[in-house]
Amino acid sequence: MQITLDVNGESRTADVDEDTPLLWALRESLGLTGTKFGCGVAQCGACTVHVNGSAVRSCSVPAAAMQGQKITTIEGLAPKEQPHKLQAAWVAHQVPQCGYCQSGMIMAAAALLARNPKPSDAEIDAEVTNICRCGTYERVRRAIHAVAQGPTEGGAP
Amino acid sequence: MNKWTRRTVIATGGLVGGGLALGVAGIAFAPNRLRVTPDNREGTPQLTTWVKIGADNTVSVIIPHCEMGTGVHTALAMMCAEELDADWNLVRIEEAPGTDDYANGYLVRTFVPVVAAVPKYMERGIDFWTFKLTQMMDLQVTGGSSAVRGTGHLGMRLAGAGAKAMLVEAAAKQWNVPVAECTAKLSKVTHAGSGRTATYGELAPQAALLKPPVHPQLKSRDDYTIVGKPTPRIDIPSKVNGSATYGVDVALPEMLYATIAASPVFGAKLVSVDTAPAEALPGVKKVVKLDNAVAVVADGYWRALKGVRALAPKFEDTGKGAETSDTIYAAIGAALDGEKSDKLHSAGKGAGALQGAAKVVEAEYRVPFLAHATMEPMNATARIADGKCEVWTGTQDPLSARKTASEASGLKPEQVTIHNQQLGGGFGRRLPGVMDYIDQAVRIAKETSPAPVKLIWSREEDIQHDFYRPAVVGRFKAALADGGQPAAWVSKFNIKDAAALLPYAIEHQDIRAVEAPTHVRIGAWRSVAHTQHGFFTESFVDELAHAAGKDPLQYRRDLLAHAPRHLAVLDKAAEMAGWSTPPAAGRGRGIALVESFGSIVAEVAEVEIVDGRVKVHRVCAAVDCGDVINPDTATAQVEGGIVFGLSAAMFNEVTIDGGRVAQSNFHDLPMPKLADAPSISVEFIRSGAALGGLGEPGVPPVAPAIANAVFALTGKRVRSLPVRV
Repeated sequence: MQITLDVNGESRTADVDEDTPLLWALRESLGLTGTKFGCGVAQCGACTVHVNGSAVRSCSVPAAAMQGQKITTIEGLAPKEQPHKLQAAWVAHQVPQCGYCQSGMIMAAAALLARNPKPSDAEIDAEVTNICRCGTYERVRRAIHAVAQGPTEGGAP
Repeated sequence: MNKWTRRTVIATGGLVGGGLALGVAGIAFAPNRLRVTPDNREGTPQLTTWVKIGADNTVSVIIPHCEMGTGVHTALAMMCAEELDADWNLVRIEEAPGTDDYANGYLVRTFVPVVAAVPKYMERGIDFWTFKLTQMMDLQVTGGSSAVRGTGHLGMRLAGAGAKAMLVEAAAKQWNVPVAECTAKLSKVTHAGSGRTATYGELAPQAALLKPPVHPQLKSRDDYTIVGKPTPRIDIPSKVNGSATYGVDVALPEMLYATIAASPVFGAKLVSVDTAPAEALPGVKKVVKLDNAVAVVADGYWRALKGVRALAPKFEDTGKGAETSDTIYAAIGAALDGEKSDKLHSAGKGAGALQGAAKVVEAEYRVPFLAHATMEPMNATARIADGKCEVWTGTQDPLSARKTASEASGLKPEQVTIHNQQLGGGFGRRLPGVMDYIDQAVRIAKETSPAPVKLIWSREEDIQHDFYRPAVVGRFKAALADGGQPAAWVSKFNIKDAAALLPYAIEHQDIRAVEAPTHVRIGAWRSVAHTQHGFFTESFVDELAHAAGKDPLQYRRDLLAHAPRHLAVLDKAAEMAGWSTPPAAGRGRGIALVESFGSIVAEVAEVEIVDGRVKVHRVCAAVDCGDVINPDTATAQVEGGIVFGLSAAMFNEVTIDGGRVAQSNFHDLPMPKLADAPSISVEFIRSGAALGGLGEPGVPPVAPAIANAVFALTGKRVRSLPVRV
């Protein structure tokens, strides 16, 4: 079926099955490969995108059901020349290792900060439940706090 | 094809039967490894095997290793740029292609002691023949925590220094001044007397025509300006905006998608499958039967997955369908009970020293199979067309991948091209010998030819068809002398690895291994046998300390008088953790020390029992890896190693039921998350000893440090993993 998605501020069409997860529509139909496939069952968070500003695990929602919703992927989080504060903090704190989970990690953190600009450790723990096999967690936490507490060195406003 | 360029002295005829023929001529007249460069290098001048310098004065360092998050691209470029006296801002990296020119001989020199440190006159020969050997073995490996201490230390530094010498020589010739009067700094050569300067980019075309020196002068550590300074990793910016591409992101025109179901019981062949249910689904192009698997090709992954799920393949009965973890542990136990064993090490009177001992302590430990579970599931994209096979994948060894693809396609290695991508985790799963996903992708591509096909494994397939960390049982006995110190140490395992050897001074030792093969596929899991032995040895030493009524730190110290580096590391970790002051009420601390891959690491874990579960609050790690190239990345590797070790200590267990892996996804193979991650402190002791690795050594001490902390807190000894209280 032909569907129309609002992705990163653009109207895009994709030919998918009724049950095709948003993840595969983004990656294969729209070529937005920054959103990653990790588990397919909403356990790991590598596929996290924003739907109307909230973090959603795109492997487990049908693309067809996302029509009319405002979808943002890592590619659309911020313009390249003016990265999101979290992206700048991720570089400043040298967070990623293999990097595969980091799109989802950043999207989860961005959704959290948009709603709760100064989260506690417990709130971060509860909201950012993505899996990182390289074990970058401490730096993830540090980078989130750095953004919550003010301007990051080298980061865009 | 590439050939040896400027190869003048000797042909490559010295290899006999796959071994090294290191005659006098082979040593003295071997070609210079630094001069191995591709023949068809039009355009940018290439000065040594790993250095190209462009007219715009940028230096491209060609890195013969993959980037899987360890920061190796940046660290190796730093080592080369340091010796080249390049301006770091002008340094770029290029990953070497998977071709013979970039085989990794330094891997051999890292792991075979006899060729690790050799007299200067032998260097050239050893370098060249180890290179030829790894070429024959298709090794261009990133693994074994070997990139910095091998390729970096033995290769990149020399490549940089050699290229610098060539640039200086070219400048001296051009200006008709003595070489000794020219100096190189920040990608420029200067002649102080005349005030002339030229950039590396200007000098490179002439310099590339010169002969690289065999023994270029290396800089003194005191003169370093790049190495040792925290340097932002080159690969990180692309990893925060979605632009980094991994194997799974490859997209080609006309590309099809496939996913696969291999026999759930390892080793069983496909008997039959009714392909109709998949073929009836929209978008499904083909069902491909392989030796032990069935794959569905479709116009998208989701449709391929639905296709595979619609099938009910029948696999042969190999007689292993009743195996369980219990039957496997029973078989291991029987092997350990048996008479037959191989001696790994003995000292003094060996096991005989147990007889008549006043106090003997015994324990049996056990660790389960573990999956790598890289975040990027196994995948490979293959295209067979026009007599060529191309493969896009993330691999820890492109040469071995080429061999795998050559065998699967029936084409010659020179007809195969591997396009290596960034790896979404490796940890040993993407090493040589375990490239089943590449073999499958190429075999499927034969059926879709000329269309390319991207094979993506589901997470379930990934967890159930790994090459697992072996399940190991270790049995220990020790005799304590009157003062409580161990007089004899006797141990036996179902894994044969030098990781079982002890750093401690114990007079009588008998360390043995038995064979207890299972049908479960096994492989190298980050830090390999050190994860099991680290847990066993450091738990048992801790048990001995408590049996002797001694402080576990002091007990270890007393056994390490001969090992000042180990002592320093142990003391540093203890100091970081505040070992001399008791932990807060309700908390316990444990310490562990493991040497692996040339590095010595001690870790102290602090734990609490929260809601009936162990909570690890803090881990302090002290590391002696000789020297540190990129300090922040080095720290990150130890931090990551600790979380990886935590996954084994507290979370993961792969069990066998009905001959197959019982777990299937992260709901039943849970991983540590942010909430579980301890606060981690890492400090390095720069002892100046030979460089050690860092990708793995942070892992092994974690589990025993946690287990020992649990004992300190609860009095309950943890003898199997994952820890349960």
